[in-house]
Amino acid sequence: MPSLLENLAQYVIEGNAPKAKETTDALLEQHVPVADIVNKGLIAGMEVVGRKFKSNEFYIPEVLIAARAMKQSMEKVKPLIADAGIESKGCVAVGTVQGDLHDIGKNLVTMMLEGAGFEVIDMGTDVGPAAFVAVVKEKGVQALGLSALLTTTMPAMKETINALQEAGVRDRVKVMVGGAPLTQAYADEIGADGYAPDAASAVDKAKELLGLAA
Amino acid sequence: MLIIGERINSTRKAVGEAVKARDTGFIRQEAIAQAEAGAHFLDCNGAVVGVEAEPGALVWLVQTCQEATGVPCAIDTPNAQAMEAALKAHQGQAFINSITAEKAKFDRILPLARDYKAKVVALCLDDSGIPQTLEARIRNADFLVKGLTAGGVAADDIYLDPLVFPVSTSGEAGLHVLETIRHIHAAYPGVHTVCGLSNISYGLPARKLLNRAFLVLCIGAGLDGVIADPLDQPLMALVRAGEVLLARDEFCAEYIAAARQGKLE
Repeated sequence: MPSLLENLAQYVIEGNAPKAKETTDALLEQHVPVADIVNKGLIAGMEVVGRKFKSNEFYIPEVLIAARAMKQSMEKVKPLIADAGIESKGCVAVGTVQGDLHDIGKNLVTMMLEGAGFEVIDMGTDVGPAAFVAVVKEKGVQALGLSALLTTTMPAMKETINALQEAGVRDRVKVMVGGAPLTQAYADEIGADGYAPDAASAVDKAKELLGLAA
Repeated sequence: MLIIGERINSTRKAVGEAVKARDTGFIRQEAIAQAEAGAHFLDCNGAVVGVEAEPGALVWLVQTCQEATGVPCAIDTPNAQAMEAALKAHQGQAFINSITAEKAKFDRILPLARDYKAKVVALCLDDSGIPQTLEARIRNADFLVKGLTAGGVAADDIYLDPLVFPVSTSGEAGLHVLETIRHIHAAYPGVHTVCGLSNISYGLPARKLLNRAFLVLCIGAGLDGVIADPLDQPLMALVRAGEVLLARDEFCAEYIAAARQGKLE
């Protein structure tokens, strides 16, 4: 028989928010450690969702509904997380670069990173280089995720990286880039630390760049 | 129904390579195939070469397409300099793709539309970004119609694009487009609407099915222009069938002609 934790992961995968929340409550009542609920239940479920999305088994709405189930369950354990001594995997700021208003890819990456236990600052779309520099200086993020959907806005990624350099903060942060027209070659050319072809790979890349076990 | 053929877009890999290599044969073939399939305008996008080389690429695309077919082009760039270069090279009435309600872009593109007497695709988008609500779309449509006509663009040359987003991430994306199309045709008789289709189905299975169903719904709401692949024969057949059913095809003449040419199969 599957354990309650396995059930929780399964409900996240299915996107069944009511059952996921109910199971989270049951686990809390049984005094199951919060770290286990988060890691072996919620994050484990989202990892499966990410894998299935990457392999084209899952479609976007299925990712969204799973993320909702995970988020609503996470709300229940959030107040207990500080006491449980769970450390955040790190803080990542994600945004679509200047001149580009496309947010779907950026939103999926945000969801997947949150689903993997990262703290994420969603900077929105049309984010200028100065705003990225500011978030590095002021919020101490360890990684930046830059998104672009247009060939015409890809150069804004380079400008952002240049701005980080000029501000003297380039070595404080890892820069990941992604979006439909992007390639590893372009990422290398503009001096990014990493490229991810899809939202699930962005999580793997973030872990790799921040030296966390995959 | 006005058809803008979308195939000559340099973000498609094969087209991008042809633009970089100035492969005239390839572009001619794409242009002729679309014109024969019923495209009234040929979209030309050369963005892949980068901002500095874009004017030259667009001029070459426009000239190559027009020499091959004599069909006018829709010049697809946000770059005013490239737009003007291509307009200068264009014979007959061109389509500007596109203008928006973003202040700086509106001010840069409007004089080109007026001076070159071009048709314009006007995206319902302003400086606050992509419209999240129906009200925002309608506000942008209102601004564009008033601003363009006041600026000397004929109502008949205005094609408002309500902006199509995936239903996979926003469930009401399709509904908002349909409502916006209805509003525009009710509020501004003589002004046209146009949209692309394929965004609607992003992230979902059987995308062509959704694209086609959406096209039919849009035509029903009043859409009278579409940016699409004219070589998609089932899609074009639906356009023709829709026009018959909405009494936009006198004596069903286009429909019958298409049937005789084997284009409804």
